[in-house]
Formats: sequence, C-alpha cells, structure tokens
Amino acid sequence: MAQAVPAGQKWWSGGKSPFNVEYGKLMMWYFLMSDSFTFGAFLISYGSIRFATNGWPNPNEVFKAFPFFGETNLPLVFVSLMTFILIMSSVTMVLAVAAGHNGDQKKVTFYMILTILGGLAFLGCQAWEWTHLHTEGAWWGRNPFPNADMSKASTNFTNFFFTITGFHGFHVFSGVIINIIMLIMNMRGTFARKGHYLMIEKAGLYWHFVDLVWVFVFTCFYLL
Amino acid sequence: MSNQATTGQTAGHDNAHGSFDTRPIWRTFWILLVITLVEITLATIHMKTGFPSKYVLNGIYLILTCAKAFYIIAEFMHLRHEIKNMIMTIAVPACLFIWFIVAFLWDGSSYNALRNRYDRHYADQNKVKVEQPAEKPGKPE
Repeated sequence: MAQAVPAGQKWWSGGKSPFNVEYGKLMMWYFLMSDSFTFGAFLISYGSIRFATNGWPNPNEVFKAFPFFGETNLPLVFVSLMTFILIMSSVTMVLAVAAGHNGDQKKVTFYMILTILGGLAFLGCQAWEWTHLHTEGAWWGRNPFPNADMSKASTNFTNFFFTITGFHGFHVFSGVIINIIMLIMNMRGTFARKGHYLMIEKAGLYWHFVDLVWVFVFTCFYLL
Repeated sequence: MSNQATTGQTAGHDNAHGSFDTRPIWRTFWILLVITLVEITLATIHMKTGFPSKYVLNGIYLILTCAKAFYIIAEFMHLRHEIKNMIMTIAVPACLFIWFIVAFLWDGSSYNALRNRYDRHYADQNKVKVEQPAEKPGKPE
C-alpha cells in the first residue's frame, strides 16, 4: 500500500524531493542497505563454511544455559528472551516515532527511555552469554565443544559465533548511544523547536535494522 | 485484510497532528511473536522426536525468517507506505538476499559432497571421535 500520489507528478524535474522523502531519511535507508550487505557477507560465509564442513556442534547442546539457573538444559530459552527484548524495544521505538508525529514531546521521552533500557538489557544478555561461553573454554581460536557426531570440531564454530554476534552487538551498542543522544536532544526541546521529529525517525530506522539483523543471526546460529 | 486493518491503514496515513495509528504496529508485534514461537516450537519438537527432517525444518525457518524481515521492514520501518519507486530501490536488492541465502546453502552443501567424494583424507578425518565429555562441557585445551 504505497503512498498515493497524483498521476503525472514530475518527480525528477527538480524543486522537490524525488521520493517525497527527506534526504537524510533516504540516505539512512541506503546506509542500511550497505550495512545489510556487510552482515549478509558475514552470514553467507558462515553458511558456506558450515555446510561445507562434515561435522558441526549442535547448537542445542552448546547454547543451553540460562542465567541464575546453574547447570541446566534449556536450549533456545535464553536466546528467545533476547529476541523478545529486542522486538519489544523495536515496538517502543515505533511508538516513540508515532508520538513524534503527534508532536507529543513527553511521550517521545518516555518511549525512548524504554527503547534504551531494552537495548541495554539485550547487551547485558549478550554479555552474559559471552561470559558463560568463555568460562566453558570457548573464545576466538578455542572451541571446547565437540561436533554433533562426536568428531573434533574446528575453531570455525566459535570464531564465527563471536565475530558475528560481536559485530551485531557493536551495532546494538552504537544504536543505544544514538538513542541516548536522541533522548537528550528531545528532552532539551530541540525537536519541538524544529517542529519535526525526523531525527527520531532516522534513529528508529537504524534501531529496526539492528533488530532485523538479529532475526537473521538468531536463525543462522541457533536454529539452522 | 480485515475491514478493521484497512481502516487502520488509511487512518494511519493522515499526516495531520494526532493521528498516527498504532494498531498496525501492535498487530505486527503479535505476528512477529507468533512466528518466533512457532519456530521455537518446531525446534523443540524436532529435538524430541526428530520430526520434521532437518532439511524441511531449515527451509521452514528460512521462510519464516524472511516473513519476519518483511514485516519489520514494511511496518516498523514504514517502508510499505513510501512511494512505490523508493520501495523498489530497497526491495530489488533485498531480493538478491533471497538468492544469497539459497546460494549459501546450496554451494556449501555441494562443496561438502564433492570434497568428501574426491578427498579421502577429508572424509576419514571425520571418523576420528573425541572422548565422550562428561555431563559438564569440555575444558579448554
């Protein structure tokens, strides 16, 4: 259901933005395209190596811990919680953008705070996961987990895991910083003065991108 | 589309103050949640009973993941409501991704089969088993 525009509209003759969208927003979209190709390259190389290798650890054996539950066998539970946290923070981000459209500065503050808390919670969970795996002996160059068929696993497993989730986590971290900056700008009334909340929308696009990448990372490492 | 969803969409397009409709957002949230729960349920069923087969399961996961990606891009990032040509500048490269996903599974798998067939040493390497670890995962080397 694309935007309705009058027929015969000359978009490219100058004087107006061709896609009827602000320059910064369009550039953010194209930046996200380039970043998704980078993540795509990482995930494709992971997939090629993984399916080209005879044996690979079973993710349900490796990722079965849950914080504060000690020795336990709860595969997929913790990562589902992380996915839920990130999706929720995406929802609060859209609600912040919605509040911006409605010119409601206080609500924007409220929803931005929730989004930042969601991002921090996700980072905390990821940090816990990394620490837990590290105490079990996993790290770049070290893989203590045997393959599913009990042959010796290569370090590709941990190398890819830490690199890709680390790269994603770095994006979450930078997204949280951007959101904090947006929050401060909003609280100081910058957007109310400008009359539009377009920067929040652009920050929102970046945040949703981070969520989108997580959906793919989650599928590739924990499900496939 | 239900009547309610359609009215939601048109009301949401009014850019005047005070009328950004959040109903499609919550609907999208529930769709994403349900899809994720389905994926996890299938994974758990597969763990316990081995059904469906891993190939079928992976295919289902990829389709569901693409569905989630579609909803996040279209609704949360609002792309569905932009001008059609702009949607194309994003959607056409995104279709390349579909091809990439197919390619990585196919290529990797083919390389594996070919290597096992032509490299005896590689195929035999996999037969050397490590000692069974105890209940706890193995210690670092």
